Amino acid sequence: MNARLLPLAGFLLVLALLGFGIWWSGTHDLREVPSPLIGKPAPTFSLPLLDDPSKSLGSKELAGKPYLLNVFASWCVACRDEHPILMREGKRLGIRLVGFNYKDPADDARRWLAQYGNPYDDIVADLPGDVAIDFGVTGAPETFLVDADGIVRYKYISPITPQVIATELLPRIAKLQQGAK
Amino acid sequence: MIPELGQFALILALLLSAAQCVLPILGAQLRNRALIAVARPAVAGQAVFVGLAFAILTFAFVTQDFSVAYVAQNSNSVLPWYYRFTAVWGAHEGSMLLWVLVLNLWTVAVAAFSRRLPDDFIARVLGVLGFISFGFLLFMVLTSNPFLRELPMPADGNDLNPVLQDPGMIVHPPMLYMGFVGFSVAFAFAIAALLGGNLDVAWVRWARPWTNVAWSFLTLGIALGSWWAYYELGWGGWWFWDPVENSSFMPWLVGTALIHSQAVTEKRGSFRAWTLLLAIFAFSLSLLGTFLVRSGVLTSVHSFAADPKRGLFILSFLAIVIGGSLLLYALRAPKVAGGEPFAAASRETLLLVNNLMFTVAAAMVLLGTLFPMIGDAFDLGRISVGPPYFGFMFVLLMLPVVLLLPFGPFVKWRSGDFKAAFRHLRPVLLLPFALLLAAWLRGGDLSAWGRAYWGVAASLWVGLGIVLYALHRWRTLPRGRRYTPEMLGMICAHFGVALFLAGVLVVEATSVEKDVRLAPNQSVTIGTLAFRFDGVKEAQGPNFRAQQGTVSVLEGDRVVATLQPQKRVYARNQQPQTESAIDPGLFRDIYVALGEPVGDDGAWAVRVYVKPFVRWIWLGALFMMFGGLLAAADRRFRRLPEGAPAPADANTTTATGVAGATA
Repeated sequence: MNARLLPLAGFLLVLALLGFGIWWSGTHDLREVPSPLIGKPAPTFSLPLLDDPSKSLGSKELAGKPYLLNVFASWCVACRDEHPILMREGKRLGIRLVGFNYKDPADDARRWLAQYGNPYDDIVADLPGDVAIDFGVTGAPETFLVDADGIVRYKYISPITPQVIATELLPRIAKLQQGAK
Repeated sequence: MIPELGQFALILALLLSAAQCVLPILGAQLRNRALIAVARPAVAGQAVFVGLAFAILTFAFVTQDFSVAYVAQNSNSVLPWYYRFTAVWGAHEGSMLLWVLVLNLWTVAVAAFSRRLPDDFIARVLGVLGFISFGFLLFMVLTSNPFLRELPMPADGNDLNPVLQDPGMIVHPPMLYMGFVGFSVAFAFAIAALLGGNLDVAWVRWARPWTNVAWSFLTLGIALGSWWAYYELGWGGWWFWDPVENSSFMPWLVGTALIHSQAVTEKRGSFRAWTLLLAIFAFSLSLLGTFLVRSGVLTSVHSFAADPKRGLFILSFLAIVIGGSLLLYALRAPKVAGGEPFAAASRETLLLVNNLMFTVAAAMVLLGTLFPMIGDAFDLGRISVGPPYFGFMFVLLMLPVVLLLPFGPFVKWRSGDFKAAFRHLRPVLLLPFALLLAAWLRGGDLSAWGRAYWGVAASLWVGLGIVLYALHRWRTLPRGRRYTPEMLGMICAHFGVALFLAGVLVVEATSVEKDVRLAPNQSVTIGTLAFRFDGVKEAQGPNFRAQQGTVSVLEGDRVVATLQPQKRVYARNQQPQTESAIDPGLFRDIYVALGEPVGDDGAWAVRVYVKPFVRWIWLGALFMMFGGLLAAADRRFRRLPEGAPAPADANTTTATGVAGATA
């Protein structure tokens, strides 16, 4: 093959990727990402708290009540889009909102929260990212809804929008809380 | 009525750009002088109408004509007058118009200063520039018309994005676009040479200052953007590797490779294929960057879907321009490529390393930037790779560049001597080593905090290396030949690299950042500085309310600075904006920003930074920019060599071109 065709070939790859991007975001609903974890128990974990690494929080302490686990990091640009929505609507959810600080030096995360505000009830820190692998986290942000028995009920990849909260999360949470009563 | 005139002007400009593209190129192929002669008048006409459209949009902003949808979305009646001008490029449609305006300015300049180049060649150059302009104008007319009316007219406008209401933002986008668009000249030259099947080295000589000027503008634009992010976003960071920054950085990286490669082609006749390819790459990445930013495909998931028409147009235009030029390159490059042979130990080899490293770095940044989409494509989810990837890879790739940079000027063209160059450089090599040794002996940790030592060592190596070269020229060359502007430009820009290195590594390693809760009259200390929080008061701006804190910085009993960071809320936008307060200095910045109020006793979360040497980062960029401009000012570029052929027919052999250049 003519080596001078290589730049063109490389560009066609990029072009295909961009074309795919248009097609994908036009036809796909970002909510339709299935997770093998749904309907199965969430991984057991125990992680240090961001504010006080000497204490830890994990599946054992969280069991008994449903909670929402939100994966975030200060280096994640998309999290900055999601954050105001959590700030505004987080309290409306009516369940514990657990922040999962993903591969993020604690100082950076704390600074980030000081700047944008802290919507979370608790924040666990997973600096090495091991627990994230158990959860099948592919990037930030991601959100998991876990019920009182520790079963993952729902997973959402990419920034949460008010619609997602209204149409996906709130009905599911209502159902979980009814079930509990 | 007046906004409709603006739209009308855009359509006329579109038609003229089509004429400017088709007729001169056709004329050049057919050797028809009448068609070739269309080029310059078409350029002038198009520039007049684009200028008119831009003036009309500005007028609509200044007179607050909210019946124009774009004006209503991006300004309101309380917006201060100076921001009404900058609001013109505050969002998508206006940015596109600014882009086209800048392109027209460059094109007019090319048309005006190219009288000494062969007519058919410059006809092709202007034709290519006309095509680019055509694409952008068509894009605006079809999908992004800034003059669309909104009826019934709203009583008041929305607002200019508060982040953009800042003096730094007034000059940042025009400078950036001057750089982006400036690469179109080198690009048009490359395409014209490929179309004509001939690359005369005299043309490369003519094109070099244009590339240098474009690169200098881009350097300034990026530095301004970084400086703006530093003081406006309230983070104290100066570079975030986010998609918007990356899109301006990729053309800069390739542009840096291009200005070096052009120098080789012009002086030695080698690297022709590289010069052509890099010219295509630099501009392609400018286009890609402009569109990635403007279409928002990366920063926000939904913008492409919001208007699929825009996305598709963009993609088709990219396919035609970039795909077309790379295809042309694949077909025609063998005809114009080739060059002088050179030994392994030669300046050419070093510049080849430079070219490779910068190109690979650009590819690395592109990969990281497109990574979220790759994640989608392979069903891995939307993943951000983030600064850890970029930071590590970039340092790795730039390491050889920093190591080899001081050798460059000392090693001769064609066949050089590394040992001799090393002998010259030995004294400066001793100094960084001595420094590292001293740091190690003193028990300094050379891995983490020691980055500052490595930074100073690298900076000394590059900076002293280049100073040594300046001295070497002083000793060995007769007066008059010692420092041509081109040489001074090189020395200045490389010295800028040294300043930049020192700034980056020292600030990364030694800045102190504290997030603290401070009640009024409480203090926090960093080193010898005490920061006393004097409380928060309400303050009123022209179109915002602010919570204004006062922090007194004390050294002993002496007040070093009184800083007043703000938390602003603009009338139309409830999202609060952080306005940091900075006490700048050549050797350290003191930086204070307000977080959130905590508790009932008037306490706030306050961020306090001490950032040593942070200004050196931008100072280095300024040196690089001045270097580029200095080199561009060399008279040599404006002189065609004696007896250089001005080929009317495009078949002058490559060999004569090389001979002309080596003279």
